[in-house]
Amino acid sequence: MGELKLMKGNEALAESAIRYGCDAYFGYPITPQSEVIEYLSEQNPYERTGMVVLQAESELAAINMVYAAGAAGKRVMTSSSSPGVCLKQEGIAYIAGAEVPCVYADVVRGGPGLGTIQPSQADYFQAVKGGGNGDYKNIVLAPASVQEMADFVALGFDLAFKYRMAVCILSDGAIGQMMEKVVLPEQKPRMTEEEIKAKYPWALTGRKRGTQHRVITSLDLDSNKMEEHNRHLQAKYKMVEENEVRYEEINCEDADYVFVAYGSSARIAQKSVQLGREQGLKLGLLRPITLFPYPTKAIENLINHGVKGFLSVELSCGQMIEDVRLACNGRVKAEHFGRVGGIIHTPEEVLEAMKKQIIGE
Amino acid sequence: MTVEDIIKPENLVYEKSKLLTSKPFHYCPGCGHGTIHRIIAEVIEELGIDEKTIGVSPVGCSVMAYDYFDVDFIEAAHGRATACATGIKRVWPDKVVFSYQGDGDLAAIGTCETIHTCNRGENITMIFVNNGIYGMTGGQMAPTTLEGMKTATTPYGRKATLPAGAGFDGIPNNGYPLHITELIARLPGTKYVTRQAVYDPAHVRKAKAAIKKAFENQINGKSGVNFVEIVSNCNSNWKMDPVKANQWLVENMLPEYPLGDIKVDGKLVEK
Repeated sequence: MGELKLMKGNEALAESAIRYGCDAYFGYPITPQSEVIEYLSEQNPYERTGMVVLQAESELAAINMVYAAGAAGKRVMTSSSSPGVCLKQEGIAYIAGAEVPCVYADVVRGGPGLGTIQPSQADYFQAVKGGGNGDYKNIVLAPASVQEMADFVALGFDLAFKYRMAVCILSDGAIGQMMEKVVLPEQKPRMTEEEIKAKYPWALTGRKRGTQHRVITSLDLDSNKMEEHNRHLQAKYKMVEENEVRYEEINCEDADYVFVAYGSSARIAQKSVQLGREQGLKLGLLRPITLFPYPTKAIENLINHGVKGFLSVELSCGQMIEDVRLACNGRVKAEHFGRVGGIIHTPEEVLEAMKKQIIGE
Repeated sequence: MTVEDIIKPENLVYEKSKLLTSKPFHYCPGCGHGTIHRIIAEVIEELGIDEKTIGVSPVGCSVMAYDYFDVDFIEAAHGRATACATGIKRVWPDKVVFSYQGDGDLAAIGTCETIHTCNRGENITMIFVNNGIYGMTGGQMAPTTLEGMKTATTPYGRKATLPAGAGFDGIPNNGYPLHITELIARLPGTKYVTRQAVYDPAHVRKAKAAIKKAFENQINGKSGVNFVEIVSNCNSNWKMDPVKANQWLVENMLPEYPLGDIKVDGKLVEK
């Protein structure tokens, strides 16, 4: 049993990174996630575990530090919020192409552009569908609590190194800023040089004489090799889709209608389920925990078991709804509801939207 | 006497460094990159640090430098080589990390990373190849392009300001050749800053000695960036033969970018 604490989501993320044995954090301040680098700087993890914390000159520099330090076999992470994550997309595409493991957290705020500092889920497309150039995917984890902000650091690093790819922890200003109790994991040791060399033979640690030198690159001017590389990446993403789907079902066993919501919207929709059931409506909630890979089969199964319609609840003008509709494939009705611009929907208006848009009069 | 009579081990007077792979360079004949690669490889070999050296290649002509050096390498995004070098050096302080960049990479798109890497005083070695032009993309203006120099994007010659009489007197146009090396030498985070060239054997030897010092400083754990600029040529995009390009370099590039140490052991050299 770990230690019980009352913390902000951003702080829980930072503390669990230290405890996981993370080697380095490279970041740049931006609201609403500056607590991550502030907490790390205050904790002085170099003294605690040898973890490096560096405030870079920009998000661009930070993600490229992550790219190279990850290529060198270390567990490295960064965090930012929407406009900052835009800047990181360059590095994220390189990380995807060069197959470098890393974790980055995006504490989403409203957009487009400078937008607002209030919570939002309007960067689903950017996180889940790409964002940088080329055909690539990142594993996207969507925490709905401070506990999951802490837990998904370890899960993120495990998946990042298992598949040699970036893992995004996609939260929002609400999850990052709110305080909840959290059970923190035990302190794990950082990996030694010998362990890294044994476990990650691809890592840039200095090549042994008489062995092939290692190159981490996303470039190949030979089109045939580049096509082969792209096919390899796609095969890897397929493996991720087959093995790493995570989701939670709440009151779905007998549900006629189901909310689909992740992160802070899932917390709200859970209350809407309760309110609806008090009124005699058989409502359920499907909470995707991984946004890529998406729980498409879970939606298909719910339809097979009689669910008659879905409402995708997001703090956006309708992004995840596209994946819900793809899963429904026209078999049942699927609509979107969400407040935007930093406004957070209430459980009552979410329930009303379900009645109006899905259940009907 | 036949060729076979000559090519014998006992007649060997010179060979390429063991740390250069046998892959043929893609560089244009006459380009300085080949020579610069060779002297870097020789330095790494002489210092015996090949098992702990990690290189960072840029975007530009030397993007595939990783194919030619037999040491571990990462290929950085355009301008981000020193952010990559910082990332590696911070998590592996005992490794020897060097970046290799051209003028567009280091002094235009990567200026922010260059300044801040130097300002933090990262204990790395930065190699900066300045030929005053974008080579890989076909000869466009670089931040270090000389005033009056014709490039694909300054076909009438680079003008710092618009010409008099055009009604726009004194309005900035393409700006001035950027002396990034003098700039970063002013930062307390730089340890050793020097400008060298490789257009003739004497200067190749001097440049190699400078590169060696830049690596030795890093190995000896002297904190601070070790920065070697090498004024080089681009005979293809300068549209000259290699001999003419080297003459042009001496006559035009060196007056703008004079050779020699700018900062040694953290102290600016008195001129």
